[in-house]
Amino acid sequence: MKYFLQNLLKTIPVLLLITLIVFLLVRVTGDPVSLMLPETATDEERESLREALGFNDPLPVQYFTYLSDLVRGDFGESFRYNTDAFALVLERLPATFELAFASMIVAIIISIPLGILSAVKRNSFLDLFITGGAVLGKAMPSFWLGIMLILFLAVNTQIFPVSGRGGLLYLVLPAITLGTGIAAEMTRLIRSSMLEILGQDFIRTARSKGLKEALVVNKHAFRNALIPVVTIMALQTSTLVGGTLITETVFAWPGLGQLLVQAVNLRDMAVVQAATFLIAIFVILSNLIADLTYRLLDPRIKYD
Amino acid sequence: MTSTIERTAIAENRNYGKRLGKLGKRLLKSKTGLVGLSIVLVVSLMAIFAPFIAMYDPAKTDVVHRLLPPFWAEGGNMDYPLGTDNLGRDVLSRIIYGSRISLLVGISSVILAGIIGMFFGLIAGYYGKIWDFIIMRTVDSFLAIPNILFMLIILAVLGPSLTTLILVLGGTSWVVYARMVRSETLSVKERDYVRSAKAIGAKDFRIITKYILPNVISSFIVIATLNVATTIIMEASLSFLGLGIQSPDVSWGLMLSDGRQYVATSWWVATFPGIAITVTVLGVIFLGDWLRDILDPKIKD
Repeated sequence: MKYFLQNLLKTIPVLLLITLIVFLLVRVTGDPVSLMLPETATDEERESLREALGFNDPLPVQYFTYLSDLVRGDFGESFRYNTDAFALVLERLPATFELAFASMIVAIIISIPLGILSAVKRNSFLDLFITGGAVLGKAMPSFWLGIMLILFLAVNTQIFPVSGRGGLLYLVLPAITLGTGIAAEMTRLIRSSMLEILGQDFIRTARSKGLKEALVVNKHAFRNALIPVVTIMALQTSTLVGGTLITETVFAWPGLGQLLVQAVNLRDMAVVQAATFLIAIFVILSNLIADLTYRLLDPRIKYD
Repeated sequence: MTSTIERTAIAENRNYGKRLGKLGKRLLKSKTGLVGLSIVLVVSLMAIFAPFIAMYDPAKTDVVHRLLPPFWAEGGNMDYPLGTDNLGRDVLSRIIYGSRISLLVGISSVILAGIIGMFFGLIAGYYGKIWDFIIMRTVDSFLAIPNILFMLIILAVLGPSLTTLILVLGGTSWVVYARMVRSETLSVKERDYVRSAKAIGAKDFRIITKYILPNVISSFIVIATLNVATTIIMEASLSFLGLGIQSPDVSWGLMLSDGRQYVATSWWVATFPGIAITVTVLGVIFLGDWLRDILDPKIKD
């Protein structure tokens, strides 16, 4: 617990630096008011908004006001939707969580068996096939995979719907699109972590005791290989974030990613900031939790 | 005595001619390395000689010939080997021209990131203390949240353009280089030949450029090459989202975004640019992996 709190405190300077970068970008480059108002606004409207929002104050004062607004979850209003930006972002969260969760399941189902198999059958034809597939999965842009899935499974055969959110059927193609790239990365990492463990003394001991190979692999090696896998999964949150932006756009999935991309295109700064902060905090927290789980799973790791 | 040490140190780093010959021999042995290099060469030639290879102006619209299928499909012909898109533009010519943007953005943002990262990495590693602290905390902050978030904020403020895209991609990925260069510098700095050079009063600049840089450069090249692959995908992704390259410029990502809308009726518009991206990125990854095996056997993944 102490460790958790310590690390939580360490994230504060990181968050502060991020807010400072965003603040400077938004306030110093160009006129913030012109980003907030539609292009048809008159000069008087601009000036009154500038005064009302305190843009005529000195910069440090502005930064402080900005921070205190952030803490209260006040990112301003979206000019596109005319509602509170933070509420808008929160509304989109469940759809994105649903997609992210389903993609992680797809990634796990693909990568754990393949990763173990290619490590156990090292240098075989199967290993070559799996590692080759993993490289291909990494090289293929996910939005192209998504479009190809739509082409073959939604347009040509009409098994799945083309886009939108609804029942389980709607979830399949987006989850495969987002899950495949993550699976490719995870397969590679699981393979190398299994290979490392298979080379260790206790595995040799288990084998020399005459244990069946299946038992050695499943019980001795895999359990230990699971520990880095937890970290590997947590490290995918970054990939997951980038992936949701693209996947949600391809499949018109009404989540946070789609909202953020639209907001950037429209320069709806209130929504852009609310969404990026929420995602940033989420990523930082999930990394922290993963770190903690990692330490709980393997007591040999020292708290420092 | 010191001069002998200095000379051996320099000689160690200067056998480039011989090493290049060896590299060539080992490349012929590595199949994936050879495949990677060939792909990269073909794409580069395509980019350089695009105006001579392409049959059409990539931006020229021709509504009469819109959405023609590739030559082997019914209704297609050799005038447009890979078909045309929704505005009647030749898909093959657009793919050939698209390689320019991919390579231009990929390589220039990696160079930008490399220079920034190298600079801060050397300073953090060599001077240590407060410099190290400030630089590494900044690096941590960048690593703590996904790059794409920084990119989106900057793109939202500045608006999409080729220059912004290069700046954004380069400005967010420098941290990887900074971290690597810093840790290599820390280990090289304690070696005997660096210490003796310091003892005879060599200037910091000379030590960094003559002794530290040559030791850092091979890991640097490996990471930079693999980073080109990531950057090419990022460029395509951002252009696909409408935040990167804008029409009438041609980018594979932009082509995919046009093609997506016509996927139900005209599969070729979205299929071929995707293949182009995948093959190019595969080539760069193969080349990078091979370089890693040769130049820097100690970094694995």
